[in-house]
Amino acid sequence: MKPMLKYLLPLAIFMVLVGFFAVGLKLDPREVPSPLVDKPAPAFRLPVLNEAGKTFAPEDMRGKVWLLNVWASWCGACREEHPLLMEMSRSGAVPLVGLDYKDTDAEGTGVLSQAGNPYQVVVTDADGRVGIDYGVYGVPETYVIDKAGVIRYKQIGPITEESMRTKIMPLVKGLQ
Amino acid sequence: MIPELGHFALILALLLSAVQAGFSLTGAARANPVWMSAGLSAARGQFVFTGIAFLCLGYAFYANDFSVLYVASNSNSALPLQYRLAAIWGGHEGSMLLWTTTLALWTVAVTVFSRHLPEVFRARLLGTMGLISIGFLAFILFSSNPFDRLIPAALDGRDLNPLLQDAGMVYHPPVLYMGYVGFSVAFGFAIAALLGGELTPEWARWTRTWTTVAWMFLTVGIAFGSKWAYYELGWGGWWFWDAVENASFMPWLVGTALIHSLAVTEKRDAFKLWTVLLAIFAFSLSLLGTFLVRSGVLTSVHAFATDPRRGLFILVFLGLVVGGALTLFAFRAPRVGLGGKFGMVSRESFLLTNNVILIAAAGAVMLGTLYPLFLDALGMGKISVGPPYFDTVFVPVMMPAIFLMGLAIFARWKNADLPALAIRLKWAFAVSVVTALLLPLVMGKWTPLVALGLLMALWIITTALISLSDRLKKRETGWLRSIIGLPSAYQGMIVAHLGVAVFIVGVTMVKGYEVEQDMRMSPGDTVQVGGYDFKFDGISELPGPNYTAALGHFSVTRNGKPVAEMKPEKRMYTVQTMPMTEAAISPGLFHDLYLSLGEPVSDKAWAVRIYIKPFVQWIWFGCLMMAAGGLLALLDPRYRRRNKAQEGDAA
Amino acid sequence: MMRKTLAAVLLVLPLLVMAEARPLGEDPAVEARLKALSTELRCLVCQNQTLSDSSAPLAEDLRREIRELIAKGMTDKEITEYLVARYGDFVRYRPPVKSQTLLLWVGPTVLLLAGLGGLWWVLRKRNSLLPDENDNENGEEA
Repeated sequence: MKPMLKYLLPLAIFMVLVGFFAVGLKLDPREVPSPLVDKPAPAFRLPVLNEAGKTFAPEDMRGKVWLLNVWASWCGACREEHPLLMEMSRSGAVPLVGLDYKDTDAEGTGVLSQAGNPYQVVVTDADGRVGIDYGVYGVPETYVIDKAGVIRYKQIGPITEESMRTKIMPLVKGLQ
Repeated sequence: MIPELGHFALILALLLSAVQAGFSLTGAARANPVWMSAGLSAARGQFVFTGIAFLCLGYAFYANDFSVLYVASNSNSALPLQYRLAAIWGGHEGSMLLWTTTLALWTVAVTVFSRHLPEVFRARLLGTMGLISIGFLAFILFSSNPFDRLIPAALDGRDLNPLLQDAGMVYHPPVLYMGYVGFSVAFGFAIAALLGGELTPEWARWTRTWTTVAWMFLTVGIAFGSKWAYYELGWGGWWFWDAVENASFMPWLVGTALIHSLAVTEKRDAFKLWTVLLAIFAFSLSLLGTFLVRSGVLTSVHAFATDPRRGLFILVFLGLVVGGALTLFAFRAPRVGLGGKFGMVSRESFLLTNNVILIAAAGAVMLGTLYPLFLDALGMGKISVGPPYFDTVFVPVMMPAIFLMGLAIFARWKNADLPALAIRLKWAFAVSVVTALLLPLVMGKWTPLVALGLLMALWIITTALISLSDRLKKRETGWLRSIIGLPSAYQGMIVAHLGVAVFIVGVTMVKGYEVEQDMRMSPGDTVQVGGYDFKFDGISELPGPNYTAALGHFSVTRNGKPVAEMKPEKRMYTVQTMPMTEAAISPGLFHDLYLSLGEPVSDKAWAVRIYIKPFVQWIWFGCLMMAAGGLLALLDPRYRRRNKAQEGDAA
Repeated sequence: MMRKTLAAVLLVLPLLVMAEARPLGEDPAVEARLKALSTELRCLVCQNQTLSDSSAPLAEDLRREIRELIAKGMTDKEITEYLVARYGDFVRYRPPVKSQTLLLWVGPTVLLLAGLGGLWWVLRKRNSLLPDENDNENGEEA
């Protein structure tokens, strides 16, 4: 018996929904993508950790491609990505700037002396205001910033081998 | 041993549900009574073994068997017994077992209460339910087994989430699932009718009974959840339009439409296809809810620990069940006739308009719930759709339905006289409008939303009273005896509709006149809120079975007269080291006093939140009235009549 | 003797004052605006709570930020846009009205009107298709 087309409509609508759900299974609804991608990195001037009187601003890195890594002493996942950061620093592929988020100087220094310091420069954001400007909502987070000071990519969560290989390093090479 | 027994029982249940489905459906196709009877016995057997599995899991919790991974993840030896048992459904695996056990319960109920159904029809019904059982049992056995062992056994468990250590956890999930899962019976009725190729008015009558019972459970289950959130979460909210709340509300809306649609099909043998589609739709939404909660596709406070692999399994299952049902619908639909004729303005058309509005409302909720997913999947960005959206959109859609409620109870079948209705009801309308406009002034603050809410509630109440007085006009005995003598179905309708009015009053008053104060209080401080004086007497230590608490003492007076002693708590649970607020509530008919402790802000001072919540209890009382209305409708002896044609006033 | 009495009096004095509790926020007008704004914003850490209700550290930081922005004289709209510029539309519980969300906002009304329109059309068609049965019969009383 040939169904009249209108009776197939509920089925058709349902299949479209299932399609969306299937795609949805691969997405993470909790991830908050950054609206700052392809926009200039927000300006700031923060004190450098353990170097009294010295400050750092993103414009200091103009002309270079660099990574801004947001981390904290109270962050477990930051320890996961730390070895990768150390390796990156050793290879000299791209300069790393650390943003010590909501830590005291002592806490930040403690972590670096224990686990090693992969950063060219470390700035302290004790009250988290710069973090808000960058849309930080968890740690660790990493921003790839190009020679003109524009944010090109935001890594949410720890950097993994895979994200290094497939996203970050190709982008860095391309920008350099 | 016991967990292994439970595991084995589940395997047997799966095999039996396969027998149930296979023998019932093929037996029906071949009109083979022996096979159909085998299917029925298998259904009963499936219930027995699913029940055994459930009891085994319960025993593992009772006995603190931390060699079972699920028990170790959700329980603790210091957890009080009632929560140890409620923890059976505290996590994903156990709640799936609850789902499956509930389904088995409904299945066995069908085997017991279906003697009046034709054998072939009943077999198809049980066969369909059997297919669903197969899916859930397979899901449990292959991906979510609550009996998995933990080797070596944990010394003690991780404890049940403190938010769940409450009476609400004991009642809300089982009652909610009884409703949710109960729509599988209506679904089975729809599939059985499509397979058989004919839809009789009897079919509508049978389906209506089962659907009403499931709907009652769902109504009460949702009300429990809302009330629980109210006193548990500490800020007196009772509905957040959270994805999982919406997942239970959508089947409720469609279920309500279904009950009303079944009235049309039963009375006038009309709109059968639409009713069948609604029955499929209601259960599909139940399954959709199950998918949404466990797949990780949406964020929700209720979401279980998510695993995309499990999500995929449920999605495939959802696709097969609903896709199969809708395909069957598409092929069989042309066979089913149009049914009786009725006028453009008639009780039937009013009921159907109500249907359309309820479906549009359910559609609006679904749109809001799934839209973030749609955009994200299309790569068009990430948005949040929260209470501001739903509050804005939902009420305007529902308003016409409320207005119709007043008209429809007077409308005649086949042809309703609209001008006569307008004349009859003009005073009801006028009284409602005037009262709605004036009442907020009496309360001290006038807003259009409050006036609107009151108008809707008053309209329902005045029209219901007029309907009652019409019926009582021809009475021979006293009015009380006459009311009791009215047909049950009619009483049910009036009570349920009045329940809606009571619910609307509760929501309108709370939203319109709620008072909140965030204070900083040290012992000895007093604050006046809403005419009441709240004095902070101090904090004491209160050890609990698995927590320590700071207990606040507050004395509340009004014009010097003592009103209540309120004792909010700030608990720290020892195992999960999670702080939790237990609000102190002084409930009342016309308002609740609601007090919760925040954080200590200094040595002696605490942050305290004080609320006055007017008419908030009316929200849940209204829901209970709706369920009571359903019960009254069920008790109407006409539903228990076998093959008699309906005459006179069916509601 | 005098000293002891004086000390006693000084100690007792505070108790004689029935203390009035202080509101938690400094300025009620600011707090009211904060409340109105933060109940429509999502906490990004405890994503199922509003910014108003969440006790997450980021939520406290953002509430502090909003208070400062209010003090600077920004309007509600400007403050919301400030946060959206940093965190995206995700932070708004009331979805913005943009081309992407047009379907969302218009959808419910469209559904309702389409449904009612469809019903009307189907009923008319139905009535013309079905044979008339005692058309003048007034339906039974409900």
